Amino acid sequence: MKRRQLLLMGVAAGAALSGARAQTPREIEVTAQRFRFTPNVIPLKAGEPVVLLIRSLDFAHGFFVPDLDLRTDLMPGRVIRLAFTPPAPGRLAFLCDNFCGDGHEGMDGHFEVA
Amino acid sequence: MQRRDFLQLAGLGGGAIFSASLAGCATAGRPQDEFYFVQLSDAHWGFQGPPNPDARGTLPKAVAAVNALPKAPDFIVFTGDLTHTTDDPVERRRRMTEFRQVVSDLKVKTVHFMPGEHDAALDRGAAFKEMFGDTYYRFDHKGVHFIALDNVSDRGTTLGAEQLAWLQAELAKLDRDAPLVVLAHRPLFPLVPKWDWHTRDGEQALALLMPHPNVTVFYGHIHQEHHQMTGHIAHHSARSLMFPLPAPGTAEKPLPVAWDPAAPYRGLGWREVEVEGAKTERVEHAVSAT
Repeated sequence: MKRRQLLLMGVAAGAALSGARAQTPREIEVTAQRFRFTPNVIPLKAGEPVVLLIRSLDFAHGFFVPDLDLRTDLMPGRVIRLAFTPPAPGRLAFLCDNFCGDGHEGMDGHFEVA
Repeated sequence: MQRRDFLQLAGLGGGAIFSASLAGCATAGRPQDEFYFVQLSDAHWGFQGPPNPDARGTLPKAVAAVNALPKAPDFIVFTGDLTHTTDDPVERRRRMTEFRQVVSDLKVKTVHFMPGEHDAALDRGAAFKEMFGDTYYRFDHKGVHFIALDNVSDRGTTLGAEQLAWLQAELAKLDRDAPLVVLAHRPLFPLVPKWDWHTRDGEQALALLMPHPNVTVFYGHIHQEHHQMTGHIAHHSARSLMFPLPAPGTAEKPLPVAWDPAAPYRGLGWREVEVEGAKTERVEHAVSAT
């Protein structure tokens, strides 16, 4: 099974991958709406497992973190849980990778990992 | 005298010539199967905004320049984003109708169209198919196989299992050593994933192409020339006919480069591709203000 698939299996898989079973992942709510994510700058800590609760309001956007090879589709009206653990300090870009219209190219954000 | 020599002597078109191999150019005879085609890309018909104050004039300029070539190309390929995206299906078809009207002025009537995500992603290629036909297909010309791929009709920028199976079946029909030109809108390799400049399952297509020793890919999407090898496969992107985009990975977002009144049309252009067996030679043309 590919690492990407493991990551998409949810909180348990994300926690297992990070080796941080004892920690309760911090939950972070994210909204996707043409053509922005809110928030679009998200502070994280390296090694801290988190779960993004991503809700799309209007479109089947994508959520893609290239540096972690992590992505999911966002179904309008559903909360998608995406678990991961940032491995190291730095900046991790994320973006919508399902073409969503005139403005799609600017629908992105990043994690600031301390 | 070969066409390239003529271009150099005449100084036509402001084109710059690039070649992987010029072997054979000095010979007196011209191989019968030598030919050239023109690649146009990313016209974004319907776009309006400061990045191109001549949004309705740039494509006609390119059409006129192609028509003025001293020897007509055998055919023309248009590698996607014929039109700029719109949510309105009526407006999408209106833009495609206008685009088709503008390019109908091309003297060369054999034009192979491919969709870009701006044409096809929001309706999964429905309007494009109505106006231009299939979104992926194969054609052959003078011993060279051409395969046009569709990595845009799926909003997630995938070719998909069905198209990959089709590609595999088409490739199985070919002599592996035969020259093969692949046309697509988006890069098949991960050029800048953080800008969504990739094809999600492009590596599967490249894996199918790898056994073929003579493959060249021409694509669009990134609105500038870019040249990269993946193994023995050469990938060449084309300039746009609406606005340039920043060099790969050099800006925060892949948003249009500002129009420069001191250098109008800078970064916009099109290309000729000469094909002689497995060799290809590119002649790059800038859009001219005059």
